[in-house]
Amino acid sequence: MLEETVMGKNAHEIPTTRPLDYQEVEKDPTFRELKKRHRSFVFPLAIAFLAWYIAYVFLAAYAHEFMARPVFGAINMGIVLGLGQFVTTFAITTWYVSYANRKLDPLAAKMRAKLEAEESAR
Amino acid sequence: MIATALRIAETTVVENNPVLNISIFIVFVGITMVIVIRASRNNKTAADFYAGGRSFTGSQNGTAIAGDYLSAASFLGIVGAIAVNGYDGFLYSIGFLVAWLVALLLVAELMRNTGKFTMADVLSFRLKQGPVRMAAAITTLAVCFFYLLAQMAGAGGLVSLLLGINDKLGQSLVVVVVGVVMIMYVLFGGMKGTTWVQIIKAILLIGGAAVMTIWVLALNGFNLSTLLQNAADASDKGMAVLAPGLQYGSNPLDFISLALALVLGTAGLPHVLMRFYTVPTAKEARRSVVWAIWLIGTFYLFTLVLGYGAGFMVGPEIIANSPGGVNSAAPLLALQLGGPLLLGFISAVAFATILAVVAGLTITAAASFAHDIYANVIKKGAADSSSEVKVARRTVVVIGVLAIVGGVGVQGQNIAFLVALAFAVAASANLPTILFSLFWKKFTTRGAVWSMYGGLGSAIILIALSPVVSGDVTSMLGDGVDFAIFPLKNPGIISIPLGFFLGWLGTVTSTTQEDPAVAAEMEVRSLTGHGAEKAVEH
Repeated sequence: MLEETVMGKNAHEIPTTRPLDYQEVEKDPTFRELKKRHRSFVFPLAIAFLAWYIAYVFLAAYAHEFMARPVFGAINMGIVLGLGQFVTTFAITTWYVSYANRKLDPLAAKMRAKLEAEESAR
Repeated sequence: MIATALRIAETTVVENNPVLNISIFIVFVGITMVIVIRASRNNKTAADFYAGGRSFTGSQNGTAIAGDYLSAASFLGIVGAIAVNGYDGFLYSIGFLVAWLVALLLVAELMRNTGKFTMADVLSFRLKQGPVRMAAAITTLAVCFFYLLAQMAGAGGLVSLLLGINDKLGQSLVVVVVGVVMIMYVLFGGMKGTTWVQIIKAILLIGGAAVMTIWVLALNGFNLSTLLQNAADASDKGMAVLAPGLQYGSNPLDFISLALALVLGTAGLPHVLMRFYTVPTAKEARRSVVWAIWLIGTFYLFTLVLGYGAGFMVGPEIIANSPGGVNSAAPLLALQLGGPLLLGFISAVAFATILAVVAGLTITAAASFAHDIYANVIKKGAADSSSEVKVARRTVVVIGVLAIVGGVGVQGQNIAFLVALAFAVAASANLPTILFSLFWKKFTTRGAVWSMYGGLGSAIILIALSPVVSGDVTSMLGDGVDFAIFPLKNPGIISIPLGFFLGWLGTVTSTTQEDPAVAAEMEVRSLTGHGAEKAVEH
C-alpha cells in the first residue's frame, strides 16, 4: 500500500475498492489548500479567545478595584467585561460558521468527491 | 435579623407543596418514558444504541447537548452562588460558555469525521489500539464516575429542599427511584431515548428560566442597572456583590486553576464528545455546537438575572439559611414569583435535569466499557455488534446500580468538588491527547498513554492532598485529619500543563515511530469527512 502510486499500477488485479494512498492524497493541492485554510483560521482565533479569557480571569482574580469601577448606573467594569465574554463567544461562533460555509465546506466536498471517484475507479 | 430570616425560611418550607412537586415530576417521567419507548422501537445495531442511528439533526443535537451540559449544579448552583456571593458565581457561567469555542474550533468536526462511537475511537485511530483504548476508556470512566456521583448526591440534596423529605431513608429512596428511572431510559431508549429526554429537559429548563428572567426584569423596569442596585441594597455586603472577590478573593490562584479546568475541560468531557456521533455529518456536528453555544449562552445570561433577582427578592440570608443552602435560591425565587405552581414546575425541571444528565453519563460510560474495553481490548475487535450491545446494556445496569449505591453512600457528604474534579480530569487527561492526535503528526502511543495516565493521576492525587479532602472544617474528612499539603482546591493549574508536557515528552522520547500512512489517512479523513459521510448527492 505504501509503495503504490495513485492510479493503475496494479490495475490487472481488478479489486472492487482498494485503500487509497493517503500520503499521496495529502500532496493534492486542493487538500493542502483546505488544510491551510482550516489551520490558519482556527489556530489564531483559538489563541486569541483563550488569551482574552485568561486576561479576564486574571482581572477578576487580582484587580478587584478595577472590576468594581462603575461604568453606568450600578453596572461596573466587571459586568461589562463579563458580558463582553458572551459577546465575543457569540461573535466568534458566527464568524467561524460563515468562514467554514464559504471557505472550507466547498473544498471538503470537492476532496470527498475526488476520493470517492478514485476509490471506485481502482 | 437572623431570627426573622429563619422564620421566613420556615414559612417558605411550609408553603412548599411536595405533593404538587412530585405530581409534576411524575407527569414528566410518564411523558418522557412514552416518547423514549416510541422513539427507540428499532434499536438494533451498535450505531442505533450508541449513536441514535446518527439520525439527529444539528438543531436537535445542539438542544440535546444543552440538556446534557446544563446540570443541576449549573442551574441551582450558579443562581445560588450569584445570589449569595454575587459576581464570583457569574465567573462559572463565563468559563462554562467560553469553553465551547474549543469544541467548536478545534474538536467537534474533526472528531465526528474520525470516530464512530467513543472518544477512544479517535485517539486510537493511528496509535496502538490496546494501550491507547484502555487508557482512554479509563479516563472516560473516571470522568463519568465523578460526574455521576456528584449528580446523584445532588438528587439527594434536592429531595430535602423540594419534597420536604428530611430523613435519610426517604432521601435514599428518592435516589433509588431516580437511578431506576434513569436505567430504564437508557436500557429501553439507548442513545435515541437519552437524546429525547435531554431535548425535552433542555426546552423545559431554558423555557422556565426565560419566564422567570423576564418576570424579574419586568419587576425592575427592564433595567439591568436597577436590578443590580436592588440586589446590592438587599445584601449586607452592599456594592461588593457586584464585583469579584467575595468567594475567591482569599485565594485567587485557586480561582485561576478552576477557570483553566472549566475552559479546557468541556471539549474533553466524554459525554459531550459522544454526542457528536449522533449526527450524520461534520457540518451537522458544527451546527450542533452552534445551537449549543446559543442555548447555553442565553441560559447563562438568564442565570445572571436570576441570581441577582433571587438576591434582591428573596435575600441572601434567607437563602443561605434555608434547607439546601445556596441551592435553594432558584426554587425560592420561583416561589416568590409564581407561587407553589411555578415552584413545582422548577422543582420538576431540576429533577428532570439530574435524570437527563445521569442518563447521558451512563450511556457514555457503558459505550466506553462495551466498545473500547470489551469489544476492542478483550475481544481484539472480533466481537459482533449484537454481543457488544448486549454487554453495553448489562453495563448500563451495573453503572446504574453503582450510581445508586454511591448516591446513597455520599448523602450528607460535601462532595461539590467532584464536578470541578471531572472538568480537571477532562482537561488534563483527555484534551491534550485529543489535540495532539488531531493536529500533531509525530504524536506517539507513548505520548498518549503518558499524557492520559499522568493527567488523570496527577489530578486525583492533588485533590486527595488538597483541603477538599482533609485539614479544613469543610473537608470531606473534617479538620481532624490533615494531610493537605497541596494548598489549592482545584488541581488544573498543575495537572493540565503536566498532561500536555507528558504528551510531548512521551512522544519525543519514543523509540518507535507510528505508521505515517495511517497518520496521513487520519488527517485526510478528519478534514474532508471521507469515509464518514456521503461524498456528493448522487
